[in-house]
Amino acid sequence: MHPQRPTLHAGLVRDMKALLGAANVLDKTEDLMLYEFDGSVEKARPDLVVFPQSTEEVSRIVRLAAKYEVPVVGRGAGTGLSGGALARGGGVMLAFVRMNKILEIDMDNQRAVVQPGVVNADITRAVESAGLFFAPDPSSARASTIGGNVAENAGGPHTLAYGVTTNHVAALEMVLPDGKIVRVGNKHGDAAGYDLCGLFVGSEGTLALVTEITVKLLRKAEAVKTLLAVFDSIDQASQAVVEITARGITPAACEMLDGWTLRVVEDYIHAGFPRDSGAVLLIELEGLREGVEEQALAIEDVCRHCQAREVRLAKDDKERELLWKGRKNAFGALGRIAPSNYVLDGVIPRSKLPQALQRIQEIGKKFGFHIGNIFHAGDGNLHPIVLYDPRDQAQFQSAIAASHDIMRACIELGGTLTGEHGVGMEKNELMPLLFNDADFALMLRVHDAFNPDSSLNPGKIFPLSKGCGEIRIKKKKELVGTKP
Amino acid sequence: MSVTANLAAKLAEALGAHHVVSAPEELAAYAIDSLIPAAIARPASAAEVMEVVKFAIAEKLAVVPLGSRSKCEMGMTPARYDIALDMSGLHEVAHYDAGDMTLSIDAGMPLRELEVFLRSHGQFLPLGVPCFETTTAGGVVASGIDSVLRQQYGTARDFLIGAEFVDGTGQLCKSGGRVVKNVTGYDLQKLLIGSLGTLGVITRVNFRTFPLPPASGGHLAVFAKSAAALEYRERIAKAGMPLTNLEVISPEVIRIIRAILQQSGQRIPVDLEEGVWSVYSAFEGTERVVTRISTELERFARQAGAQDSELLSGVADETVGGMLREAFEWLRWAAPATMLLRLAICGKTGEVVDELTRAAEARRMRAASLLRSVGIIYFATFSDNEAELIASAKEIYSVATTLAHSQGGYATALHAPLEVKRRIAAARSERSDAGLQQCVKKVFDPSDIFAPGRVAGGI
Repeated sequence: MHPQRPTLHAGLVRDMKALLGAANVLDKTEDLMLYEFDGSVEKARPDLVVFPQSTEEVSRIVRLAAKYEVPVVGRGAGTGLSGGALARGGGVMLAFVRMNKILEIDMDNQRAVVQPGVVNADITRAVESAGLFFAPDPSSARASTIGGNVAENAGGPHTLAYGVTTNHVAALEMVLPDGKIVRVGNKHGDAAGYDLCGLFVGSEGTLALVTEITVKLLRKAEAVKTLLAVFDSIDQASQAVVEITARGITPAACEMLDGWTLRVVEDYIHAGFPRDSGAVLLIELEGLREGVEEQALAIEDVCRHCQAREVRLAKDDKERELLWKGRKNAFGALGRIAPSNYVLDGVIPRSKLPQALQRIQEIGKKFGFHIGNIFHAGDGNLHPIVLYDPRDQAQFQSAIAASHDIMRACIELGGTLTGEHGVGMEKNELMPLLFNDADFALMLRVHDAFNPDSSLNPGKIFPLSKGCGEIRIKKKKELVGTKP
Repeated sequence: MSVTANLAAKLAEALGAHHVVSAPEELAAYAIDSLIPAAIARPASAAEVMEVVKFAIAEKLAVVPLGSRSKCEMGMTPARYDIALDMSGLHEVAHYDAGDMTLSIDAGMPLRELEVFLRSHGQFLPLGVPCFETTTAGGVVASGIDSVLRQQYGTARDFLIGAEFVDGTGQLCKSGGRVVKNVTGYDLQKLLIGSLGTLGVITRVNFRTFPLPPASGGHLAVFAKSAAALEYRERIAKAGMPLTNLEVISPEVIRIIRAILQQSGQRIPVDLEEGVWSVYSAFEGTERVVTRISTELERFARQAGAQDSELLSGVADETVGGMLREAFEWLRWAAPATMLLRLAICGKTGEVVDELTRAAEARRMRAASLLRSVGIIYFATFSDNEAELIASAKEIYSVATTLAHSQGGYATALHAPLEVKRRIAAARSERSDAGLQQCVKKVFDPSDIFAPGRVAGGI
């Protein structure tokens, strides 16, 4: 299945094992195969996987890789959806899973200092007894690591009210491609000088490897209410989202599942979504008791006005958790009916939601796919899901073509390519739809200033087809060196 | 022909005579720390901004982009200053989607004008910043100045969703977009916030807008001692009250507020007598929410032993809220010689203020402080004699810096006599990211033409 690969420089493997111990280095094909995937449809195998346990080890690994002229790619749990944690140019994959300690919790000042391998949900778990939580909550929160969240600037349902990862990061410790350890930001979070934290969060591992993160913690709201609004059509549900936004109601989360998707989810999770409905909105409200009660009434009014046939308030935490279980495990549910699915991540202005969903449906028809929709409707962040069989090359190519059409449609409607998954190697060739030569020139200068040899995560974000491509991804022979 | 006239003539050739000014009386109005530019360029479009920048690159001239010039003194004195780039000619709403609550405006648009525009759609931009009557959108972003609504809405960093700017190669670049959620490409617009015009000329900014709240209110509680005021603040914060602002006001600040209110013939709320500490809270929402918060604040004030308290609404609240929003403006002119420091810390703000006050008083300076929410402190030291202030300001600044670092933050001088700014600028930067900061400057502005030296650390 894989072409014959040149042998990795024996010296690098030997030195890496001497540095980390053999137990922290994988170089056998059968082990490496486990790291050639993430949550995306892409595939690329590293030549070596290493497991550092400290920032100093990360620095030494990076220096060693530089000595052998091999690229380095950081990886957390590998749940990313844009190929960000794949070794596109081969080389050393630096897996952060063993750097998974919460180093400090300062409840009074609402900060936590964590290593990159800490699982997102574990941060909230560690602080919830004090009434605090970590706001970014990607669907993968129970698996994905904070390091990966920082690299991709991950979002989640509640980013509608709280913002994405970058809004909750105060400081970073990082290792640069030359092995130097630097810190940016501070515990407070306001930038002294240029906002380097703001630059590095979401840079997809192409500028530095993050080895420690200071995150901000929020205080839990006094009251939470979760509503399920049931509609006969996706048009009615979209119109309700437009109306909710236009009336100035800002829920903490506003998620939509279309009828086809919710039936698949319901069959698996039994969350209580009506199987015969055209679409549902899962809306969460947080705040003072009085405010939440009034917002719930206002939302019910909007939904009824948009012909919702039912607006149901979760009666207790159990029902609330079940509804969210249905939302958060939807992708798993889809796995039951197709060998694979391709989750897209376009964003459109919220006022254009009905048009966008219409276009997605048309594109699905054109390519012969049924495209499901389960997404963050409140902030216009679409997640169309294309089901396909990866063994059928023609079908796979068709799925990719359909996804490109959908992304183009998002941009035509005034939107963008990614709201929370990152560009990675999934959408880098589509970047010229948004950015012109001047934009690329500046972004490339930023890239080259920090990562001059493209030794960190090559082949990501920037289109390889733009002429500058050769320097974005190293050639294979450079990666593997020659046998001594 | 003098150097000035020569430069202005060449610039006029490149840009058109009606966009260039070199009359001495006009140039004087663009002085920054007594440095006067050789010419003022007033572009009317992003393309004309590009022309000016390309001209400056070719002629190796330093350009300082300016909006309403209300906060020119922020930052260090520029090392060079040839062209004042007045952005007030770019002041249109480029795009507004009320349904999506997104907005794209030219950098020179005044915030007051924008407020009126958005209000007609039932929306607003939560930038409660000083110099509000004149300040421009681009100026607010470039200065990174604090908003009094930060506690609830965050800073520009949280709702600036995109920007267009001319970089140091003369190209018009963009980052972000016009949607509320976007992680496509490097988040370059974040670097522009607080960059003081040193990275590029911001031509357009895109924001997420917010619905105007149906009701709002304010509350003042007065305490005899700072400890009681701080304890009261702590209780409110821990109770999770959704406030837009929460500030502890020192007696010296109250004295200045009283003087300003008296001078303008306005009513002084509650018993704001001299010598007391006061805590101001602002909040908004529906009538029921506002009523609930008002009740809770009164209860907390009683429990914390407030000697007086008052709920504020309408004009009374606008007066106090407005004054606190403008604190940067009046604190710096409150005495013949003033140094105004801003500290952002993650720790015990009360103790930091006590120590700073002691440091100032030990040097026979008067001290005033505003302890804003989320760890922001405005600390001013005053003297009637500039020489006296200069003699001790550097030491007080050092105390502030050391204290701020020990509490996970940093201190900056927002306003200080020129000599003090020189001494601060000359101090060696000990930051571990100084190299990275320099690197960013070089990437954006390879010819070092944008406001050179204006960011502390020689950037």
